[in-house]
Amino acid sequence: MTLDARIPSGPIEQAWDKARFDMKLVNPANKRKHNLIVVGSGLAGASASASLGELGYNVKCFCFQDSPRRAHSIAAQGGINAAKNYPNDGESIYRLFYDTVKGGDFRAREANIYRLAEISNHIIDQCVAQGVPFAREYGGTLTNRSFGGAQVSRTFYARGQTGQQLLLGAYQALERQVHAGTVTMIPRTEMLDLIVIDGQARGIVARNLVTGKFTVHIADAVVLATGGYGNVYYLSTNAKGSNATAIWRAYKRGALFANPCFTQIHPTCIPVSGEYQSKLTLMSESLRNDGRIWVPKTKGDKRPPNEIPEDERDYYLERRYPSFGNLVPRDVASRNAKAVCDEGRGVGKTGLGVYLDFSEAIARLGEKTIRERYGNLFDMYQRITDEDPYKAPMRIYPAIHYTMGGLWVDYQLQSTIPGLFVLGEANFSDHGANRLGASALMQGLSDGYFIIPYTVGNYLATNKFAKVGESHAEAQSAVTIAQQKIDKLLSIKGKRTVDSFHRELGKILWDYCGMARTAEGLEKAIGEIRALRDEYWHNVTVPGSGDDLNQSLEKAGRVADFFELAELMCIDARDRNESCGGHFREEHQTPEGEAQRDDEHYSYVAAWGYRGRDAAPELTKEPLEFQYVHPSQRSYK
Amino acid sequence: MKLKLKIWRQKNCKEKGKFVQYAVDNVDPEMSMLECLDVLNESLIERDEEPVAFEHDCREGICGSCGFMINGVAHGPERATTVCQLTMRHFKDGDELAIEPWRSVAFPLVKDLVVDRSAFDHIIEAGGYISVSTGNAQDGNTLLIGKDIADKAMDAAACIGCGACVAACPNASAALFTGAKIAHLGALPQGKPERDRRALSMVSQMNMEAFGNCTNIGECTGVCPKEIPLEAIATMNRDYLLASCKKREDIATDISPVIELTAKG
Repeated sequence: MTLDARIPSGPIEQAWDKARFDMKLVNPANKRKHNLIVVGSGLAGASASASLGELGYNVKCFCFQDSPRRAHSIAAQGGINAAKNYPNDGESIYRLFYDTVKGGDFRAREANIYRLAEISNHIIDQCVAQGVPFAREYGGTLTNRSFGGAQVSRTFYARGQTGQQLLLGAYQALERQVHAGTVTMIPRTEMLDLIVIDGQARGIVARNLVTGKFTVHIADAVVLATGGYGNVYYLSTNAKGSNATAIWRAYKRGALFANPCFTQIHPTCIPVSGEYQSKLTLMSESLRNDGRIWVPKTKGDKRPPNEIPEDERDYYLERRYPSFGNLVPRDVASRNAKAVCDEGRGVGKTGLGVYLDFSEAIARLGEKTIRERYGNLFDMYQRITDEDPYKAPMRIYPAIHYTMGGLWVDYQLQSTIPGLFVLGEANFSDHGANRLGASALMQGLSDGYFIIPYTVGNYLATNKFAKVGESHAEAQSAVTIAQQKIDKLLSIKGKRTVDSFHRELGKILWDYCGMARTAEGLEKAIGEIRALRDEYWHNVTVPGSGDDLNQSLEKAGRVADFFELAELMCIDARDRNESCGGHFREEHQTPEGEAQRDDEHYSYVAAWGYRGRDAAPELTKEPLEFQYVHPSQRSYK
Repeated sequence: MKLKLKIWRQKNCKEKGKFVQYAVDNVDPEMSMLECLDVLNESLIERDEEPVAFEHDCREGICGSCGFMINGVAHGPERATTVCQLTMRHFKDGDELAIEPWRSVAFPLVKDLVVDRSAFDHIIEAGGYISVSTGNAQDGNTLLIGKDIADKAMDAAACIGCGACVAACPNASAALFTGAKIAHLGALPQGKPERDRRALSMVSQMNMEAFGNCTNIGECTGVCPKEIPLEAIATMNRDYLLASCKKREDIATDISPVIELTAKG
């Protein structure tokens, strides 16, 4: 199989204009005749549903939560990037493009990123018009701040709740279309399979989570905007419900899965406190603008932080990376935190933590300014830890936060299955091996508001759609398969709970496919995952029945998919014999301990295809070419 | 520490529910209320009993999924805190906690602690937005919005739609929720053109759902995890009154409430 990314020829600055002009249009009167399915209602899904509805398509939007407003985009704190250059500090579309290519450690497509940077400015305008209350200066202009991995202030924000406000903007636009009758919202419903007929994605099998009923939904195109798969690690900053089931079932129906091992570990989360821990709480990395990260210079120094004198503290990021200091990209900050903890210099009762100290910023700017900037984050920290960050430094530790990998898509955001489009975190396209802060919100909205409305239209205008009913054999066989899986999970009646398996799976992945990986460890992980998966299918217990709200059953299905995905992640990580971005293979590092890429052999997207339950997946490579930003060793020194 | 949890169990809205008492012996003061329920549920599953159903997702206090009454108080004893962020250190060894779902006709029970809050979506659907389609926007800095106005809008926009306001209100009124959106959008220049229409349509939708009326008791703002000020309700009433006084016929006839009601009384 060869992958055609359909990147427009010619200069990159004109690529998106050219692509848009080359696309075929659907006559306004014909749009309402097309049924479209959008799965997921986060930034990408809600903005796509709203924009497609506005154009006049007939849209069904699905979410597993009780309301589209709950999607996990809501939890993004820090902000959204755009190349507005309002602060006059040297920002430009080209610089945002350049930083993102470099930040992704040269493992993403240039053309996609350039388009993202170009669209970024429109997103801000769109959101302002919707009434998103971005932070403003006294004079009334929009405020910007700097963010990890950047030397310009290009981040727009709404207190520490930027994701919430952007999502509510998209949710409201979606509800407006629900009122207009163009979008039908179907909440508390989970997609369990993709229906592929004659090579085209033609619908989904869904299960109502309250009644347990299966339904078939037929459409001319299916858009997946179901988010990332960080929950495969059990402990992550993702919402508890976030899952990979929709993209995983699409993978098993023939969509290729790209770069599954590219996961992001966020450097500033509240450390784990005990075995019962159900998720990790992120503290926005905007805190790194004013907070200074340090650990004691000596191993095992158990004094309270305020009693450790200045010259016995190691501000290790400032020491190692003088030009970026505490603002190095996430992968670098996380790895360094792990390194100092591995040396035995970690803080807190578990020794897995580093200090994030605001005392200098408070002395310089006053407590009032710090409270204005981070008040809600400080409150959240205090609520959880019972410690006052205005008085003592915060303790932070890295945690799984985002997955750069996802279903492979071309420039039009179409997967390898015609008619199946993938948006936002669910696809792999824009962040390479490491995502820069405040870029996820940008990508979700760019895909949903500004790309998919064009590319879906082009697909609809250039393809023919045979009449298909819900009783079609392919649809009914997909329902049967989904039903059998549910029945099977309910019938095992073993001894262990779903969560206990999930926790164990997460631990294997965190240990061997987390912040540092080795070929040997990954090999071991694959064996352990397989053994645990076998035990799962013999020894899991799922109480209750399949015909009412059964949260254990929902989890059981998702964890079954996580097992398979976890194995693919390890296979991909083992296959990539280099370090890049968040993928750090200990065998491949520079003498200073930085990630050592191998551009000669690994400058490609690894796209994996499903070949059956026990068969090894098939690897297809999409070579990456860099015409504009020349690959170099990333340096933040 | 050890806690006694008296939890409301109800299979669905058709069957009768009751309180069931559970003892949880290994409560760590650092864990959240929801993690405490996780621990209980794990032990129930191991005994082959059905775990307690409760709604939750982000567990960071922002998605608005979680929420129940603890000893009669929505989201429990801590101010400005959802149950997912309520740590157990606020309780003492031996405490008995009565845990029950939001009680309101407008929020029909789904199972145990889970209720159906789609009435909130209907209120937003009726007009909780600025009618601007994708692609129409001018440059974000063309509109100058003073920091004071932006802050005021943000205060109201912080609502997470959890429903605690309704649960705490003796009348089960949704005025704080509805008022928060009206106040957020109405404060901004972008929201001004539709201000009258928005107030009329959202309030009429709110009245059509099975919520009670607001009698200015203020329980809502007391339990609100985002501390939405009571002023939002005053703004709503003011906007509604002004819009009604103007009596512009095109507005009056144009408003079509969302017909699908979640609760049938």
